[in-house]
Amino acid sequence: MPDSVNLSNPPRSGDLRARAAAPMARFSLRGPESFAAEGVTALRLGPDEFLLLLPEGETPALAVPEPYSLVDISHRQIGIVLEGPAAADMLNAGCPLDLDERAFPVGMATRTLFMKADIVLWRVAEQKFHIEVWRSFAPYVWSLLEVIGLEYT
Amino acid sequence: MRLASGGRVDRAKPLSFVFDGKRYTGFQGDTVASALLANGVHLVGRSFKYHRPRGIMAAGAGEPNALFGIGRDEAHYTPNLTASQVMLYDGLVAESQNRSPSLERDTGSLIDRLWRFFPAGFYYKTFMWPRKAWTKLFEPRIREMAGLGRAPKAPDAARYGQIYAHCETLVIGAGPAGIAAALRAAAAGGRVILCDEQAEFGGSLLAENVAKIDGLPASDWLALSVAELQRLNVKMLPRSVAFGYFPHNMVGIAQDLTDYLGEPDTGIRGRLWQVRAGEVVVATGALERPMVFPDNDRPGIMLADSARVFVERYGVKPGTRAVVFTAHDEAYRAALALHEAGVEIAVIADLREAPAGGWVDKARAAGLLVRPGTVVTETSGHLRVTGVTLSTGEVVSCDLVLMSGGFTPSVHLFSQSRGKLKFDEALQIFVPGEPAEATRAVGAAAGAQTLAAALGEGYTVADLPDSGGGFLGAVPHGRDPATVRAFVDFQNDVTAKDLKLAMLEGFRSIEHVKRYTTTGMATDQGKTSNMNALGIVSEALGVPIPAIGTTTFRMPYTPIPFGLFAGYARGELFDPVRETPIHSWAKERGAVFEDVGQWKRARYFPNGDEDMNAAVTRECKAVRAGCGIFDASTLGKIEIVGPDAAEFLNRMYVNTWTKLKPGKLRYGVLLREDGFVLDDGVVGRMAEDRFHVTTTTGGAPRVLAMMEDYLQTEWPELKVWLTSTTEQWAVIAVQGPKAREILQHLVEGADISNAAFPHMSVAECKVAGVPARLFRVSFTGELGFEVNVPADHGRAVWEAIFASGGTTPYGTETMHVLRAEKGYIIVGQETDGTATPDDVGLSWAIGKTKPDYVGKRALARASMAAQDDRKQLVGVLTEDPGIVLEEGAHLVADPNQPVPMKMLGHITSSYWSGTLDRSIALAMVRKGRSRIGESFTVPLPDRNVKVTLTEPVFFDPEGVRINA
Repeated sequence: MPDSVNLSNPPRSGDLRARAAAPMARFSLRGPESFAAEGVTALRLGPDEFLLLLPEGETPALAVPEPYSLVDISHRQIGIVLEGPAAADMLNAGCPLDLDERAFPVGMATRTLFMKADIVLWRVAEQKFHIEVWRSFAPYVWSLLEVIGLEYT
Repeated sequence: MRLASGGRVDRAKPLSFVFDGKRYTGFQGDTVASALLANGVHLVGRSFKYHRPRGIMAAGAGEPNALFGIGRDEAHYTPNLTASQVMLYDGLVAESQNRSPSLERDTGSLIDRLWRFFPAGFYYKTFMWPRKAWTKLFEPRIREMAGLGRAPKAPDAARYGQIYAHCETLVIGAGPAGIAAALRAAAAGGRVILCDEQAEFGGSLLAENVAKIDGLPASDWLALSVAELQRLNVKMLPRSVAFGYFPHNMVGIAQDLTDYLGEPDTGIRGRLWQVRAGEVVVATGALERPMVFPDNDRPGIMLADSARVFVERYGVKPGTRAVVFTAHDEAYRAALALHEAGVEIAVIADLREAPAGGWVDKARAAGLLVRPGTVVTETSGHLRVTGVTLSTGEVVSCDLVLMSGGFTPSVHLFSQSRGKLKFDEALQIFVPGEPAEATRAVGAAAGAQTLAAALGEGYTVADLPDSGGGFLGAVPHGRDPATVRAFVDFQNDVTAKDLKLAMLEGFRSIEHVKRYTTTGMATDQGKTSNMNALGIVSEALGVPIPAIGTTTFRMPYTPIPFGLFAGYARGELFDPVRETPIHSWAKERGAVFEDVGQWKRARYFPNGDEDMNAAVTRECKAVRAGCGIFDASTLGKIEIVGPDAAEFLNRMYVNTWTKLKPGKLRYGVLLREDGFVLDDGVVGRMAEDRFHVTTTTGGAPRVLAMMEDYLQTEWPELKVWLTSTTEQWAVIAVQGPKAREILQHLVEGADISNAAFPHMSVAECKVAGVPARLFRVSFTGELGFEVNVPADHGRAVWEAIFASGGTTPYGTETMHVLRAEKGYIIVGQETDGTATPDDVGLSWAIGKTKPDYVGKRALARASMAAQDDRKQLVGVLTEDPGIVLEEGAHLVADPNQPVPMKMLGHITSSYWSGTLDRSIALAMVRKGRSRIGESFTVPLPDRNVKVTLTEPVFFDPEGVRINA
């Protein structure tokens, strides 16, 4: 029977911090970098940290052994999707990670830098990346991507 | 003069360019240097110090003299570009430097006549008298004369890009060794990047007319190899200089994209590559050295191999009658090449007693006159060389001198990687030794002396005679040394005499010699001078060269435009500009903003033509009389969740949290390990295991990092987790006696009457229909609330509250004044990292029975207790209520004491208080609390201001209003 967590605000994205324990039914704490189940995508950002992405108005139903911390941060950050053959090169204009598919495969997600902004970078597909960035840094990231994009038109 | 055929220039594509106002023609494939030589132009500059006429010495990166300012207008102007590295394009405009009014007639050449008064380091011994002349005469003139080139007068119109790249192998240099290394690496698998500073790959092969590689002419082998590199998906970066080697195999590469096209205004001018490589292969080749002999710097005196390159690669005849002076066999090859191009070779003077080998034989067979054991002792000519005198006594007329002292491996990048150099005694060169990074050198850079050695295993080279020799130091000339100048560093005008002077002055370390004489310090970074300088120092000191060592190689290898390092971080994109969800409302309202870190915060909201003082005075009065509304969204927020949350907070903050009930707030003080105040903020307990912690705006990342650090390294057993929620919540402060009245009707789900919701309470409810965390908290001293709503709804809720009427928007300036009237500190303003809680009157916050918290131990130190004169927070009132003190001003007891005065404290905050209709200030003063009531003086530059110390609270000291 899944535990569910009641929050006063229905979340769109939640930050889940939980201690590594025995593998569980739905979200394995020792799994791959990102995984999806029942409409919720979980990005594993650290040994005990997950970023949950889910449709607006929904609450994640978690089967995570207590204790854990689940915090709604839907309003904290904004998602930007970058798709196309130049996506990795454009990201490499500001991000120092090796984005070759062998080093950063589909499904991998991590916190990293994009010029002067902290971002979470998730490779959704070979030529598709999902960026999560705090709302006050989003205009900066977006404008940068626009300027960088001029070199790839 | 241009040869009718030969070279890699495209004679079907003529290009027009301007140099010093005169129009010339060149061809596609020319550099500015080769095009000028083709037009018979040799005079290209005036030397840095002596203003001597100078010509083109080298065909590549080592060129010290031909430094031009190039650009069609100020917005596209770059000074100090090396003519032999700039590819010619149609419409190029170049000007020479360091001459006035012209290259031919330069007034600066007066210094050359007075050269005896301007040895190295002359400025350490002159310009001392009269002292007054320094500011009016000496300094301005020296500033005019110092430096090379001029800065552009308009902002750089170009745009620049940046990229990070990763590869298994980075090969720097696409000459034969680099190309072979890249082919091998690509065949082995893995990503390969190959870069070269020149427009075409090939390096020395671009002027290789003799050798056959695997049976093919070198140029054919080159073309096939480049095609193969392409087929193997090697990332090829021409026009790309690897300028710096950084830790962990990071290499900086400056790629030119549009300069060679005349810098059109479309696209980016260049791109900065930061490449992280599994292995770096340094294939940077070797640079030819000049010979150091008297007056070796006249226009028309050039490096022998460069002269050959001008002929064989650019199809240019650099003169009509040449003297060759050499200690290396390659000069014989150059002599033959020029001879074949129709240049008369008057004589080949060889420093060596018995030169021998394939090239020497060929030269003799071609009938060229060779004088072994002979040196050049003198040259003649002013704007062009006209002749030389040999040690045999012969005077030989010529308009061209080819000199070759040998070849120095380009070990700059290898050395930048902290690899050790070792001295090859036989070859008299420094070569890469033990590496410090995953790097290796190949080819001439590694000391290879033949093309076959450069290519390595698997290739056969035919038809190319071996070549060797070389000399380091100043050539013996037998003349009176006092009358002679033999140039070592051409760009900085350093002579052999200067280096010997350095040693006479007692300098022994090569680093001192370098700085005293400035040898190797120009933009060419000693490419053609370092080794000869070492040879001269070695001989003068009687110390072998490897014992002297080399100076530190510093990036960049060649000058790089600033714009490349700025990249995208210019103008609006220099820094992220962070705005709150309510920012747009404030902007529409005409707020004046200030920068708080990266945030824009509304500082005040002027009505009409109010200045700041008028606006702030009005805003303050409005808050205390009625109600103000303030955007506090930038405050840091951390959600702390877990069964051990309270225990964690107990350990971090000075306060006790265990008994704080859900629904209650407490003002928390955070110290560092050393006991000093780091941050503060109101903390709300939302549930047994959940706290909403606030921090200062600037302190949020620091506090979160500190908390994570402790959790991960000190208390990993605690079951508590931290989440940054700074941007999750918009925060709207509603402050003033009418605050409850105004908010009440917008609040659903909570009773905010004074009885049910006393000061320092928190409730989850709805405000204007939006789920909120409603704090009853005040930073103004008035009845106040802070409405926390999810950021998306920030502006809408603000507008709903504002629409209720009766609120005045106020900014950060008013916020500062109101809190100062109440004596509330601001961390970073009253505190400076050295204030304990007691210093700022916060002892009450400390949980006295707590076993431990961060900073407790430091506060208990005997030395801390022994200090009886610590600076303490006090209020300051000026005797004249109209004077507003400057923040940072100091307090003294007696303003007439001698300077330096004993300073008792300083003003931390100072404002005009509209509430009190007089100035107020807070200060940190030694033994401040015991001095309340006493008078002091604040000495300012224009007057002394008398002040009295008071309690640090100026308004409603009982706190009646906040509990309304």
